[in-house]
Amino acid sequence: MTDKKPERREFLFTASYVAGAVGVAAAVWPLVDQMNPDASVKALASTEVDISSVKPGNTITVLWRGKPVFIRRRTQEEISEAKSVKMEDLKHPEKDEDRAKDPEWLVMLGVCTHLGCVPLNDKGDYKGWFCPCHGSHYDTSGRIRKGPAPLNMEIPKYEFVDASTIKIG
Amino acid sequence: MSDHEYTPKSKVGKWFNDRLPILTLANHLTDYPTPKNLNYWWTFGGILTFCLITQIITGLTLAMHYIAHADMAFESVEKIMRDVNYGWLIRYIHANGASMFFLAVYIHIFRSLFYGSYKSPREIIWIIGIIIYLLMMASAFMGYVLPWGQMSFWGATVITNLFSAIPLVGEGIVTWLWGGYSVDNPTLTRFFTLHYLIPFLILGLVVLHIWALHVPGNNNPVGIDIKKPSKDTVPFHPYIVIKDAFALLMFMIVFAFFVFYAPNILGHADNYIEANPMVTPAHIVPEWYLLPFYAILRSIPDKLLGVLAMLFAIIILALLPWLDTSKIRSAVFRPLYKQFYWILLADVLILGYVGAMPAEGLYLLIARIATFYYFLHFLVILPVLGFKEKTLPIPLSITDPVLGGSPNLAIAKNRDSFDN
Repeated sequence: MTDKKPERREFLFTASYVAGAVGVAAAVWPLVDQMNPDASVKALASTEVDISSVKPGNTITVLWRGKPVFIRRRTQEEISEAKSVKMEDLKHPEKDEDRAKDPEWLVMLGVCTHLGCVPLNDKGDYKGWFCPCHGSHYDTSGRIRKGPAPLNMEIPKYEFVDASTIKIG
Repeated sequence: MSDHEYTPKSKVGKWFNDRLPILTLANHLTDYPTPKNLNYWWTFGGILTFCLITQIITGLTLAMHYIAHADMAFESVEKIMRDVNYGWLIRYIHANGASMFFLAVYIHIFRSLFYGSYKSPREIIWIIGIIIYLLMMASAFMGYVLPWGQMSFWGATVITNLFSAIPLVGEGIVTWLWGGYSVDNPTLTRFFTLHYLIPFLILGLVVLHIWALHVPGNNNPVGIDIKKPSKDTVPFHPYIVIKDAFALLMFMIVFAFFVFYAPNILGHADNYIEANPMVTPAHIVPEWYLLPFYAILRSIPDKLLGVLAMLFAIIILALLPWLDTSKIRSAVFRPLYKQFYWILLADVLILGYVGAMPAEGLYLLIARIATFYYFLHFLVILPVLGFKEKTLPIPLSITDPVLGGSPNLAIAKNRDSFDN
């Protein structure tokens, strides 16, 4: 009997700690989750862009989810250059066909994958984009070729609504 | 903590003190025995307290006019500068106050490094200090975001994106920090909240820092343990109070120079352009006090490793009491350590300089060498030095070498030549 009592007590202590910890975790979760994107931010998830006035070789930048999206109408030269790159030369190998549904139109997030700066158009060693913050070079398909960025610039979900409209998101 | 029991003289005082011994605390603080050989490098604790109080008071008054909203923040800061009575003065004190705070904290840290103030039995004081330093950096960074200028916005973008280097959960953490898919209004409001909170956390830690200090008492330039109270000590009030006050006045001259004659010299012109998520400024630099760590981040070509190296560069300081294996505290009696100390100081200044320059060519090479040396100092040189170094004999008390008549007189005489 005398041996059993402390065991009972220890079990009660442990059970109380566990119940307490679960209760605290349940109370903390809403306080943590309130910092995630709210319903209104999520509601702005898509945007439609008129591309009829974009000439070959030009890029327009639109804001989607607070981030710039580059929409570039590529020239034939740029397309053939993007397609001719060997996969072995790429840090993050992706075919140009997989990045541009219609080879003439490259739609991608204008956000450097290093630390989130906006790269500059028609700059850098690969005639694509150059990020001024920490010196990442991207090619005409927006793929990382040189510098600290680990990945190619991201392609968002988008579709051609008609010949002159792209819906992003 | 005092060595003697304190009893208030008045009846009311005694009645009160029996119920809340705050007079005992006040008596402890005034009588607190302090080594009498403390030099002016020891006045920065008081200066830092002044900086913290200044930041809290100017911050509270700025918060009465500032509007934490992405559409209004920039304008409200301009309104503070142009329309609010003395708004320009309060904001310039607050903005330059951050720089002065860091200037003082760097002197305070390097004082500890020189005189070995982080060593046993003062490790906890040191670690609390490093936590305060980390909180200062977090608060300063978030404060810099509040005016919602171009540097605010892109600084916030780059720094929060550091977390995206974490494998798997990184992107989720960044979205959570932002409260959206980019730095935007939710980011601004939470940064304002935290920027407001952290100084009070620092204030609490400062109390612990001083409490932990008052257990073993101050280290001193000779770095030996002293008897307290004794011929080697003086009461904090009035001796140290007046010395601290004089040093504070000198410091305030420097402070006032920046506020009144060069209020924007430490800032960046691009921050007077309102935040624009479509355009990144050509050259992003953090505030000067973060530059050495920024240089370490950029010197490593891998994203995750760069972020880890930067964090480790700060965390390594907390481990210093165990990395430095020498039993001798003061660099005065450590001829080799003293040289490495100055090399480290130069190394950190070089890192700061290349951190402000573009990360390419020669600058990048220098940054890499300096980063390598920074870690070499803490991880190899300090641990080995404790075993290899032949230290000078230390005096028995801080009075002995001055009064003479002891074998340590020679050291007292030689000390001047070591200092040069």
